Amino acid sequence: MEINSKPSLWQSCVMVLKRDLRLALRNQSDLVNPLIFFVMVATLFPLGVTPDKEFLSQIATGIIWVAALLATLLSLDAMFRSDYDDGSLEQLLLSPYPLYLLVLAKVTSHWIVSGLLLTLLFPLLAIVLFLPWEGYPAMLASLLLGTPLLSLIGAIGAALTVGLKKGGVLLSLLILPLYIPVLIFGTGAVGAAINGTPYIGHLLWLGVFLVMAITLAPFAIAAALRVSIAG
Amino acid sequence: MNWTWFHKMGSPKWFYDITDKWMFWLGLASAVLLAVAMVWGLAFAPADYQQGNSYRIIFVHVPSAFLAQACYIMMAVAGAIGLIWKMKLADMAAKVSAPIGASFTILALLTGAIWGKPTWGTWWVWDARLTSMLLLLFLYFGYMALQSAFDNEATASKASSILALVGLVNIPIIKYSVEWWNTLHQPATLTLTERPAMATEMLIPLLLSIAAFYCFFTLVFLMRLRTEVLIRENRTNWVKKIVQPDV
Repeated sequence: MEINSKPSLWQSCVMVLKRDLRLALRNQSDLVNPLIFFVMVATLFPLGVTPDKEFLSQIATGIIWVAALLATLLSLDAMFRSDYDDGSLEQLLLSPYPLYLLVLAKVTSHWIVSGLLLTLLFPLLAIVLFLPWEGYPAMLASLLLGTPLLSLIGAIGAALTVGLKKGGVLLSLLILPLYIPVLIFGTGAVGAAINGTPYIGHLLWLGVFLVMAITLAPFAIAAALRVSIAG
Repeated sequence: MNWTWFHKMGSPKWFYDITDKWMFWLGLASAVLLAVAMVWGLAFAPADYQQGNSYRIIFVHVPSAFLAQACYIMMAVAGAIGLIWKMKLADMAAKVSAPIGASFTILALLTGAIWGKPTWGTWWVWDARLTSMLLLLFLYFGYMALQSAFDNEATASKASSILALVGLVNIPIIKYSVEWWNTLHQPATLTLTERPAMATEMLIPLLLSIAAFYCFFTLVFLMRLRTEVLIRENRTNWVKKIVQPDV
């Protein structure tokens, strides 16, 4: 092996991604708890509001989206926390590769273990909440576009609060207002689909936000991590 | 090019000395302008043909809504200057403007609710303008919470400036998303591009009132900023001389 051999940029990103996924698989409570939370929230509404089928099918879209949003929020604090505690976050900052791409790899792994799994679980909630069939494709598409956005925006908040001992509540305070557009367009798409009107416009907006977030959010995440580590 | 003026502007001592002379005139200007605008607007401006006298709250509502948004932009820009050029004064300016902006946001929301009761028959509706104002307030709260969560002032400034910039990108997104989602609020009273639809007798006191609010905002902002300068520079000799002239 050559002395100067070091992984290429692509390899290092894949390594970060693989490592985070492996950590998530080994630490199963962190992986499963947000998903259980996601399903449990759905039980609260029939009990707290009404078990009426008609009414539930009207608010099912909102419940699923809000539950997805809160479940993501629950998983955010762990995103950088253990890396910060054991010093591997510092190593990430010191690495010769652009932090921009490394954090993008970390966010991707967070999305795979939170957003993607939530998206796969949504039919379960949709059935118990009587979501009309017409809404299923739109719900799937909007969750696929919307949940990576939740991970990207949330990562900014997680990076800002990782140096603080009680970051959890503060994190929700910072991030929830920024989540509103995702919620509006996500539920808007499903609502339009149920009413039989075109819903592609809502999805396109979600796509625009996703492209914007992929381009801009890693800058903010990287800057926030540098501040948190230096402070 | 000679850049010394820029650095001079960033010096807390220079800032403290120069604003000392402004405070009296700013206070006078805002008191006079506020008194004239309020008396004119609330007592002498004609009643609206549709809304009667209830529209008069416009003279408080519109300027505070203006300032609520302008203050956020100023806060984010000051935060960016602090991040890029590491100017202490810009960091302080960003920090002290947050509570002022939040207060104007609350004032705009409250006067809006009071105006909404007679015109729409309800204190609150989930209308686009109202909701985006409420979210602006949440952004201010988040900023202030993050600012106060750090022990180290420098870290707090940097972290909250990043948040302010992220929020700045999001403000238009939030604004338009809620606008397409639901709208009941009447269209903007004043726009830069069109001739105002208002009667001149109402427009003049409104413009006066906006000027008064801006003056008042500058006064409060400078007062808070001067205090912040004294607090953060408390180890320097010039501050010691001001605080304890005899020692």
